[in-house]
Amino acid sequence: MTDRDETYSRIEALIEPFNKKGVEITEGTRFAVDLEWDSLTVMDFVASVEDEFDVLISMNRVAEIETVGQLVDAVDQLQED
Amino acid sequence: MTDPGLEMELGGSREGGGSGDLFSKFDPLIEQRRALLAKGVTDPFNLVMERVESPAVAICNGRRTILLGTYNYMGMTFDPDVVAAGKKALDEFGSGTTGSRVLNGTYVGHREVEQALRDFYAMDHAMVFSTGYQANLGIISTIAGKDDYIILDIDSHASIYDGCALGNAQVIPFRHNDVDALEKRLRRVPEGAGKLVILEGVYSMLGDVAPLREMVAVSKAAGAMVLVDEAHSMGFIGPNGRGVAEDQGVIDDVDFIIGTFSKSVGTVGGFCVSNHPKFEIMRLVCRPYVFTASLPPSVVATAATSIRKLTGSSAKRAHLWENSKRLHAGLKQLGFTLGTDQPQSAIIAVIMPDLETGAAMWEALLKEGLYVNLARPPATPSGMTLLRCSLCAEHSEEQVGEILGMFAAAGRSTGCI
Repeated sequence: MTDRDETYSRIEALIEPFNKKGVEITEGTRFAVDLEWDSLTVMDFVASVEDEFDVLISMNRVAEIETVGQLVDAVDQLQED
Repeated sequence: MTDPGLEMELGGSREGGGSGDLFSKFDPLIEQRRALLAKGVTDPFNLVMERVESPAVAICNGRRTILLGTYNYMGMTFDPDVVAAGKKALDEFGSGTTGSRVLNGTYVGHREVEQALRDFYAMDHAMVFSTGYQANLGIISTIAGKDDYIILDIDSHASIYDGCALGNAQVIPFRHNDVDALEKRLRRVPEGAGKLVILEGVYSMLGDVAPLREMVAVSKAAGAMVLVDEAHSMGFIGPNGRGVAEDQGVIDDVDFIIGTFSKSVGTVGGFCVSNHPKFEIMRLVCRPYVFTASLPPSVVATAATSIRKLTGSSAKRAHLWENSKRLHAGLKQLGFTLGTDQPQSAIIAVIMPDLETGAAMWEALLKEGLYVNLARPPATPSGMTLLRCSLCAEHSEEQVGEILGMFAAAGRSTGCI
């Protein structure tokens, strides 16, 4: 399992409690459109990602992230910084 | 609080639609409003006060209505000294300044209200803005620069979020009132970066108070500057009415206090007070201060008079707390679900099961002769619909009894209790 795979599966697990509709998660799953998350759900979720990976994800950064795959890449990059 | 205006969603959730009409993005909201009003309910966001008799009573739709949603905590709007000061200034200085504070818009009254604020807070500097919204917008966007970090409570008011959006700092929200979540985020800020922690004394949606003693301590330990918005506590929380930071004994560690004239002070305007030795430079670099007209002379005269009177209002403060405790206990006894277990401020939030029931209850209360605020997502936390009540020191004991009777009647007729 590569580092990216590991990040992906940890994020997948974090999505679980917020995935009320039981949507199947893939790289391309869109948070707003497919998971139908509102802004407060997004902020709660982002906080849990921050705590899991011990990183800070600014609101400006969050605004640019649309899909699960993009979030995985962003978290990997933040961990390298 | 997250008043309407907080729009942070992952990836363009507002789709253009391609029709060319820029208003298409508002279609879901237009439809929600249409569906609600089609049921025949009075529009909760379009109430007109035909006459205002006192801080506590107005005439709405021809009916005497007790006002329980005005933020007019100390009832200063009809204070005879305050009104007289406004009239005098109107006669002597005219209806407006027609200018920026840094050009032709600073009259002697603007200096006097800033002196009243320095005295009230016992701080070195005070800067008055045209509204409280602009005070947050101006101070936050100006002091936090590109490589600085703003760590703020997730339930912060729209004016705080908009201040963040106007600036270029890295913005990091943390879970509401969670000291541990704040501390963790402070620890993750890169070494050497500037840090601004933004908190509120009283959060306006649920009326709950922040654990400022702990939060200010962890912020200072991390080398952060602290800004506290005390809009909903000025005048009645703390031994001198300076707010929650004073009440919890940490006001000396707070770098900036933001406040407003539109609540306890009873007029309009906003301010920032601070002991920072370089604070006065803000008057030249803060765009929402520079590029707008200053407050009219009558407004600053009423504000200065009101602030001076608030300093010595301990009997009024005590009565306001009595009102808050009595309403909280009474509503609880009637079986309503409230935003806080104990009354923590002059705001008491009644939690409604959904928007439709909330709107029906709001209308039933209005027909009984009571005005409260209907608050709904996205202004509210966790998607809640709230009937937000804010008490006034001018509500009599009898009126609080009347209010409870109206809640009982409206609650039963709408099936809420």
